[in-house]
Amino acid sequence: MAKFSKRNKKSVPGISTASLPDIVFMLLFFFMVSTSMRETELKIKVTVPVASQGTKLERKSLASNIYVGIPLGKYQSLFGTEPRIQLNDAFASVRDIPAYIASEREARSESERPLMTAVLKIDQDVKMGIVTDIKQELRKANALKISYNTRKGVD
Amino acid sequence: MARRGLQEINASSTADIAFLLLIFFLVTTTMNVDTGLARVLPPMPDPNQKQQEDIKIKKRNIFVVLINKSDRLLVNGQDMDLTQLKIKAKEFITNPNRLEDLPEFEFKPILIANPDYVLGTDSPQKIEHPHFRRKYPNGYPVSKGVISLQNDRGTSYKRYIEVQNVLVAAYNEVRDEVSIQEFGVPFNRLVNKEDMDAIRAAVPQKISEAEPKNIGGK
Repeated sequence: MAKFSKRNKKSVPGISTASLPDIVFMLLFFFMVSTSMRETELKIKVTVPVASQGTKLERKSLASNIYVGIPLGKYQSLFGTEPRIQLNDAFASVRDIPAYIASEREARSESERPLMTAVLKIDQDVKMGIVTDIKQELRKANALKISYNTRKGVD
Repeated sequence: MARRGLQEINASSTADIAFLLLIFFLVTTTMNVDTGLARVLPPMPDPNQKQQEDIKIKKRNIFVVLINKSDRLLVNGQDMDLTQLKIKAKEFITNPNRLEDLPEFEFKPILIANPDYVLGTDSPQKIEHPHFRRKYPNGYPVSKGVISLQNDRGTSYKRYIEVQNVLVAAYNEVRDEVSIQEFGVPFNRLVNKEDMDAIRAAVPQKISEAEPKNIGGK
C-alpha cells in the first residue's frame, strides 16, 4: 500500500486550455465560410424528385429559384390544396414570373446575366400542366437556361 | 491616484464568445449542394415573323417519347417501360449497325474552345481537338438524332423527371463508351477540360422538350 500512496502523490499536470480558443476559432471560421443562410422560408411542401444523373449547379449566386408545391397546412385555408408557385417569400401566379426574372436580372451585373439559371424546385407530386406553363413564361421572359432541381439517389 | 501598471485584458471569455458564435453557425448552416438536370429551352418564336415552316427533320432522325396522363410511355409508337427505353435510346444515339431506320451521321470536325485564344486578336475562338483531328481527318461521325420528349398536362412531374433522367443516363453511357474508346478512361474521369468538351461535341445531348400542343385545352 505504501508504494501506491507514494505514486499517487505525484500530481498530474493540468491540461492547458490556452489553445482551446484557437481551436474553436478555427472551427468557427470553417463554418462561417461554408455556411449559406437559408434565404427563403418555404410556405409549400417541396420534395424534389430523385435522379441519378443530376449535375452540380455551377454557381449558386446565379440561380433564381422557383418553387412549386402544395401549400403547407397552415396556409391551406387561405390558398387551398392545389399546387402553388412561390417566388422569394410570397405565393405567386404564373403571370408574376416575368417580373420576377426581370428583378433577378437587375440584381446581377451585366456580365453575369447571360449565365443566370432558373432553378425549378418542384414537388414530385405536381402535375406537368403548371410546369409547362412556367416553362412557357420563362421562354417569354427569355430565361432559357433552366435546371430541374433533383435529389441525388440511385434509381 | 497612484499610477498603476498596464493591466492585461482578461481574455478568458473569448473562448465563450467564440463558442457561442460557433453554435450559432452550426445551427444555421445548410450544407446541401444543389444538383439538377440542366436544360436549355428553345427561344420563343417571334410573333411578328410570318409563320415559318417547321424545320423538316427526317423521320429516322427523331425519337419520340410520349408520356400520357396516366404516366405511361409511348416510344416511337410502342408501349415501353424505363429499362427498355434506355436500351432503345442508346441504340438510337449510337446506331451501331448503321441501320436505315436509325439516325444518320454527319462527319464533322470536333471543335473545342481555343485555350490560347486572346480577346481582340486574330486567333480563332474554336479549334479542332488535336486527337480527333489526327484520328479522324475526315471528321468524326456525329449523330443527327434528336430525342423529342412530349408530355400531357396530367403527367406527374416525378415521372417526367424519371424519363428525363433515363435519357440523360443513356447519353452519359454513350459518352463513357466514346471516352473509353478515345482516351481510355470514362467521361467523368477525364482530367482535361478540352477532352471533356471534345466528348461533349462528339456526343451532343439533344433532348427537345416539345412545345405544349394543347394550350388552353382540357
